[in-house]
Amino acid sequence: MKSKIVEVKNATGLHARPASGFAKLATAQKCEVFLEKDGNKVNAKSILGILTLAIGQGSKVSIITDGVDEEVSLKVLVDFVSQLED
Amino acid sequence: MIQGIGASDGIAIGKVYKYEPVEIVITKEMCQDVETEILRFDESIKAGIEALEILKSKTENEMDEETAAIFGAHIEILRDPELAKAVSERIISEKVKAEYALKTVSDRFVAIFEAMEDAYIRERAADIKDVTRRVLLILKGIKSKGLSEIDEAVILVARDLTPSDTALLNRELILGFITDIGGRTSHSAIMARTMEIPAVVGTGGGFDQLCNGDLVILDGMMGSILIHPTADEIENYNEKMGILNKEKALWKSCMGQKSSTKDNKDIDLAANIGSPDDIDGVLSNDGDGIGLYRTEFLYMGRKNFPTEDEQYDSYKTVLDNMGDKPVVVRTLDIGGDKELSYFDMPKELNPFLGNRALRLCLQNMDMFKTQLRALLRAAVYGNLHIMFPMIATIEEFRKAKSVLQEVERDLEMEKIPYSRNYKTGIMIEIPAAALLANVFAKEVDFFSIGTNDLIQYTFAADRMNEHVSYLYQPYNPSLLKLIQMVTEAAHKEGKWVGMCGEMAGEIQALPLLIGLGLDELSMSAPSILKARYSLKQIDSTKAKGMADMALQSCTEEEVKLLIDAFWNEA
Repeated sequence: MKSKIVEVKNATGLHARPASGFAKLATAQKCEVFLEKDGNKVNAKSILGILTLAIGQGSKVSIITDGVDEEVSLKVLVDFVSQLED
Repeated sequence: MIQGIGASDGIAIGKVYKYEPVEIVITKEMCQDVETEILRFDESIKAGIEALEILKSKTENEMDEETAAIFGAHIEILRDPELAKAVSERIISEKVKAEYALKTVSDRFVAIFEAMEDAYIRERAADIKDVTRRVLLILKGIKSKGLSEIDEAVILVARDLTPSDTALLNRELILGFITDIGGRTSHSAIMARTMEIPAVVGTGGGFDQLCNGDLVILDGMMGSILIHPTADEIENYNEKMGILNKEKALWKSCMGQKSSTKDNKDIDLAANIGSPDDIDGVLSNDGDGIGLYRTEFLYMGRKNFPTEDEQYDSYKTVLDNMGDKPVVVRTLDIGGDKELSYFDMPKELNPFLGNRALRLCLQNMDMFKTQLRALLRAAVYGNLHIMFPMIATIEEFRKAKSVLQEVERDLEMEKIPYSRNYKTGIMIEIPAAALLANVFAKEVDFFSIGTNDLIQYTFAADRMNEHVSYLYQPYNPSLLKLIQMVTEAAHKEGKWVGMCGEMAGEIQALPLLIGLGLDELSMSAPSILKARYSLKQIDSTKAKGMADMALQSCTEEEVKLLIDAFWNEA
């Protein structure tokens, strides 16, 4: 299992398009992907799950990958969040 | 016969299509076999996705990508692994039917989302409800046609239509519509006139009296609906439609002519529009300009603020198409009865007296500046007039103008092409501004009188409240005095005055408005040629004499008699 804490910097946060983009990217990974914020952990392949975390601008979240290619997947997902623009 | 309020002229003969969201009741029922139940659930999800895919590509082709994206988001929800997992788990653990399992899981998500502070996520609760409803209908085997799924020519009957419902109407298939609530100035009525769809609103109980498939005649002038008309009545109405078409031909003969009175006083007859799509109608009706471009529709029916570039594209299209003709763009007018789902506006006790329009813009500078930037960039392409709504004091106007100057400086620094060649004016809809028109006239380039709100604020009567609708008095001398104060003050400073409320489109009012000194009248595009035709019958000096008498009158009734007398002589 790998994890990394990232800060969401774009104004929209992980809502709308960014949230659905993240869920799609997570779904494309072979390993399991989770997001954790303030002690709540959700399946990151679920758009509903991601939205329940209410990840707005400035939120810090952990991206957790577990299973096949977990390291590569983690990097892909961390890059996605850091490159979010509005 | 059902009597309502004629909201949009024209006659429609056709079959009733009742639009009502079906209510689905779900009770806790046990299932026979857990495996089959899960399979049934999976199948319903698949069917739901299929239906949504079709709807999505249909809206992509026929409307725009923004609308199509709504259905894209719905598909995502149905594909969500957590949703499927939670429902299956519930079916297994409680041995309940799929309907009940889905409903409880969905309710849980809805409750979580609705409790959130973020307006965007709260709005997602509506998406979940909507998509759950779709699947529940499939599970229950109920066929419900939505508005976008109407596939034959019908007369639409609904208890109420929201602006976004109305915007989605297919002009080819909807012969006309009938609603239980609303008045001549409600948004769906205004949109019906713009779309040239005959409509009757405010029928009270029309929805319950009509059945699907009933043949009816809708008379948008009289506001009446004939149910199961006889052959004679149908023939009679077909004849009326013929006369209507002949009149239309007479009006059409005014295409390409100048808009002027019998004694050659020029009056601009401009159009009200809500989006670049309405430009076709303005051009085909030979409008002298755009007197009111309501930009709020750009912000409505979507999930987030329109970007600067999106706005720029819309404004540019309108300005470019209108060429040298003036285009009056009203800056964002939300608040009051117009809300944005993605913009959190605190509930107010008196929204019409609250934080709306320019007041709201001045407190949300980013939003305001984005619109002004888009406007100044688009100004390169045409004859832009920027109009600020809901101005009460001169300080508000000065503040708005200083923001414009800031935006100019920003664009200059960023080396983005824009134009300083535009005019700025205000909408007169608050009596305070009308009373100080002489002060404003020195600083603005033009005025436009918004009668709907000016009447409502002058008489302190909510125009949506049927119990005080008698106070909606466009011809009351008090209102006429306010109008006259504005035209007099403006003309002293060499400025022009337009009118863009409902009153501006009423042919009957034409001589009164000319007499009061209005220079421009902005109406729904289909009224323009009729107004041009009627304008030719009016002598402006006689109109002035009549208006002077109207200003001396005591009641609206007296003014109406003066107008009737004027038309009888004309």
